Amino acid sequence: MNTTLSWIKAYVPDLDVTAQEYTDAMTLTGTKVEGYLCPDKNLDKIVVGQIKEIRRHPDADKLIICSVDIGTEMIQIVTGAPNVKEGDKVPVVLDGGKVAGGHDGGPLPEEGIKIKKGKLRGVESCGMMCSIEELGSSRDMYPEAPEFGIYIFDEDVEVGMDAIEALGMHDVVFEYEITSNRVDCYSIIGIAREAAATFGKKFCPPVVTPTGNNEDIHDYLEVQVEDPDLCPRYCARMVKNIHLAPSPKWMQRRLAVSGIRPINNIVDITNYIMEEYGQPMHAFDYDLLAGHKIVVKRAKDGDEFQTLDGQIRKMDSDILMINDGEKEVGIAGIMGGENSKITDSVQSMVFECACFDGTNIRLSAKRLGLRTDASGKYEKGLDPNNAEEAINRACQLIEELGAGEVVGGMIDIYPVKRGESRVKFDADRINGLLGTAIDADTMKGYFRMLDLGFDEETQEVIAPSFRQDIHCLADLAEEVARFYGYDKIPTTLPKGESTMGRLSEKLRVETVVRRFAEFYGFSESMTYSFESPKVFQKLLIPEDSSLRRAIPIANPLGEDFSIMRTTPLNGMLTSLATNYNRRNKNVKIYELANTYLPKALPLTELPDERMQFVLGFYGEGDFFTMKGAVEEIFEKLGMKKKVRYNPDCGHPYLHPGRKAEICYEKTTVGYLGEIHPEVADNYRLGERTYVAVIDMPRIMPFVSFEHKFTGIAKYPAVSRDLSMVVPKNILVGQIEDMITLRSGKMMESCRLFDIYEGEQIEEGFKSVAYSVSFRAKDHTLTDEEITVVMRKILNGLEGMGIRLRE
Amino acid sequence: MKEKLEQIRAEALSRLEAVDTLDSLNEIRVAYLGKKGELTRVLKGMKDVAPEDRPKVGQMVNETREKIENRLNEVRDQMAKKARELQLQREVIDVTLPAKKIEAGHSHPNTVTLEELEKIFVGMGYEVVEGPEIEYDEYNFTKLNIPPNHPAKDEQDTFYINKDIVLRTQTSPVQARVMEQGKLPIRMISPGRVFRSDEVDATHSPSFHQVEGLVVDKNITFADLKGTLAEFARQVFGEDTKVKFRPHHFPFTEPSAEMDVSCFKCKGAGCRFCKGSGWIEILGCGMVHPHVFEMCGIDPETYTGFAFGVGLERIALLKHEIDDMRLMYENDIRFLKQF
Repeated sequence: MNTTLSWIKAYVPDLDVTAQEYTDAMTLTGTKVEGYLCPDKNLDKIVVGQIKEIRRHPDADKLIICSVDIGTEMIQIVTGAPNVKEGDKVPVVLDGGKVAGGHDGGPLPEEGIKIKKGKLRGVESCGMMCSIEELGSSRDMYPEAPEFGIYIFDEDVEVGMDAIEALGMHDVVFEYEITSNRVDCYSIIGIAREAAATFGKKFCPPVVTPTGNNEDIHDYLEVQVEDPDLCPRYCARMVKNIHLAPSPKWMQRRLAVSGIRPINNIVDITNYIMEEYGQPMHAFDYDLLAGHKIVVKRAKDGDEFQTLDGQIRKMDSDILMINDGEKEVGIAGIMGGENSKITDSVQSMVFECACFDGTNIRLSAKRLGLRTDASGKYEKGLDPNNAEEAINRACQLIEELGAGEVVGGMIDIYPVKRGESRVKFDADRINGLLGTAIDADTMKGYFRMLDLGFDEETQEVIAPSFRQDIHCLADLAEEVARFYGYDKIPTTLPKGESTMGRLSEKLRVETVVRRFAEFYGFSESMTYSFESPKVFQKLLIPEDSSLRRAIPIANPLGEDFSIMRTTPLNGMLTSLATNYNRRNKNVKIYELANTYLPKALPLTELPDERMQFVLGFYGEGDFFTMKGAVEEIFEKLGMKKKVRYNPDCGHPYLHPGRKAEICYEKTTVGYLGEIHPEVADNYRLGERTYVAVIDMPRIMPFVSFEHKFTGIAKYPAVSRDLSMVVPKNILVGQIEDMITLRSGKMMESCRLFDIYEGEQIEEGFKSVAYSVSFRAKDHTLTDEEITVVMRKILNGLEGMGIRLRE
Repeated sequence: MKEKLEQIRAEALSRLEAVDTLDSLNEIRVAYLGKKGELTRVLKGMKDVAPEDRPKVGQMVNETREKIENRLNEVRDQMAKKARELQLQREVIDVTLPAKKIEAGHSHPNTVTLEELEKIFVGMGYEVVEGPEIEYDEYNFTKLNIPPNHPAKDEQDTFYINKDIVLRTQTSPVQARVMEQGKLPIRMISPGRVFRSDEVDATHSPSFHQVEGLVVDKNITFADLKGTLAEFARQVFGEDTKVKFRPHHFPFTEPSAEMDVSCFKCKGAGCRFCKGSGWIEILGCGMVHPHVFEMCGIDPETYTGFAFGVGLERIALLKHEIDDMRLMYENDIRFLKQF
């Protein structure tokens, strides 16, 4: 929403503020001014001059020399403009003045263009006559301006006066952000009312006088509303003997500065009313309404209709149409039809000023892909009580402008009147909510300024229908707060019962996980929750995998963002690939990434959101680096039992010989491995890449931050080395399991210190060496004890086909 | 005997003057003071000394031993000192050679900012809770006083799964979920991911983060809201930060406000950063709308409350002076390492 300062002042005549003061004060009372523009920016020392004499330039065919009366003196100006003649009144920039732009109408330079006295082909020129483009505007806004050359004023403009004033450019255009609850502020009148209240000035809205001849519109036209649910009110008036002409300069200026292009008196009046009252209007050519009837009803599914922009559009039964008894003539509230639009030959017309259902207009405009200025207003949900005054104001302007003869009377279909709303006033509770001590009379004063009524008897505030946002005491509190001043409300801290601040257990665990991933050199990444269905193929995930059961978004931003991720791998690999592609070396990143697993598809209840902790890297390190990170983090989470690895697992995106499921306490809690070379190729990752994925909900039951001291060993440890020849297919994990099982409580640790295949070891075997350390809590272990344990271990290992190396 | 001892002493001391290694020092020690050394030999010859002279001779032997021993120790200490000096000279390093680091990873700027916010609010007694990212339309809209067909639903550019389930457009539904549990009073913040169908550019992302705040108790006032958020702003942006509250509209709060903070770059003078205004818009807030209370089963006659919502990226971008939101989701390590 934009308004000019001059238009606001028309209804708040005592308003005397700078643009900045207005901006600040209005913003603090809730009408947020986003910014403002001054149309007279960079226009300096420009007056109305009259060309008294034109002579040819002695040395240039295309230049002329003008003697120009600027009121105080005669000056000489050389110009190449083709359109001036003696007697013309033109804008003249004097020596040292400024214009906003060049004559080509290109983008305006920030600082404008300085004009200085100079010589053109040897002849002195003391200023410049300007085109509308040089004045920073265009022919769209000043349609009387010539296509090429100097702007020429009407004859009645006074010579020597400020030319910018004469063009109505000494003004400020404010741009507002109006909140959706203040429909009334999408109008000059609404904002002027707020401005008057903000600055404590008198609000003087337009005075609408009775209009019309002694005829009765009912003799000309019949209106039926067949779908009153979509059309709460329909007002119609008639104008005959139309005299189509440009609207007067004052109206053109007001529209132009507001950014609306003047067309002719009828169109300009409807645009003017839309700005002033926030109420869209439409004009039908009466002679083109076949039955001299207006019927408001829903379209039929599949109807085709040509709108006045010439486009043929498909209708459906939720779109409200205006019919003339025989045919459709307009889409209600959105756009009129080609078949009834006002043309230059119009004799009589019907003014429509209606209130349509906002939601329906919004949805229809959306379906049609046709959002117009009118639909933009309607969709906010207009006040039906505004329509009558708006249409009468339009007819008043018709008469004032001599644009036609207004027929007496109005057709008004308004079955259910929208009334005012009443809210019980309670100053104590308002103060209680705000934390203030404002007296009741001050509050009532604010209500009065805003045209809200007050019923002393019932102590109720009466909100007129244009204030659709006032329903309860909190709404009144807001009115009080914004005029008392948000800045004057005290600042306190909540009192009352104190509460314990803390993170949820899940967040606490995530924080620990982050810290240790970072300790391990991994940096945190974040990726989108939605991705392309193509990722499954990229990750070699088979057709029947449950990972493919992803939740689709009904209205995605495109296929690439169309399903909710079921695995965090694509995000991780994409981020690593971005880094690889940018030649970043040794990249280690992690993410805490939610995945979304549906319980059933299509979704009937909320899915399972599972937080995945995913680590990924390329560069220095290998499978065991990743394994180390996982185990270390588990330990920090209090998961101190042995972590087991199962290489016989799915996960087709991993290298088949370098992958494992991670098991803890017989629960599979995740997986790790090297990325399958084919997947790496799919992501254009040119280095071996390792990932680990931990399913956070699975590890939550094992996490513990309790640490119990177990005492520091008092008795010495005894260690024995075991050097073995082991069948190749036996995993060292199995050897460790056997050693652990057979040594019972006595074993303190068992550490692999050598593994070797090749020379000196027969085919099909490998050499494996462990250092096993034993300790007892309560005594120094004896040789006999160790010997017994070692024998048990060796027996067990022999059973696996393992023998000691000689 | 006396002469003999004098001679031994002079000989030992003169040998010590010429000593240059620990080995030769030890040789001297053995030669004079050892079990088979000179002085021991003198003592062994005591049996030939007249008994009355023995104490005197003994004393002389001890004096000689003491002198030699003292000198030996002096020489040893000097040599050790010299050797230590040599060692130190030898071990001089170039301290400007590259450092050997354990390279730790870095938190995402969003996390850095979130943890700061969490610390502030936990310190003020707030619980940090989460809610689902895929949410019922009812919680995301209806229970927040945004009825079906409300224009705000269009304004927020919602991603739909189906007509009843959406990707939450705000963290506000967590308000409704916490209030429904009915445990009062409430002081909570809820951080999390939200979604809106905005195309990706320097200032927009279809997925970003918010932190919702909610306080419900008896006698909570708008003044409390102002005080709490002013305190928050000071802790995040610095002690001298000023705040400004402007009226605004949100369906789920009334009265509602937007909060600006004084630009922390120019301290309010106006700069490129704050687009010349001296103020930066930070968050939306307001008093919980009585309809929201009613829908969540809390009596608005007894309880009042305030709520606020902060855009996490907005604060992270501002604080770290990051000029392009796309960097936040690209995960270039050269970006991540800066936080």
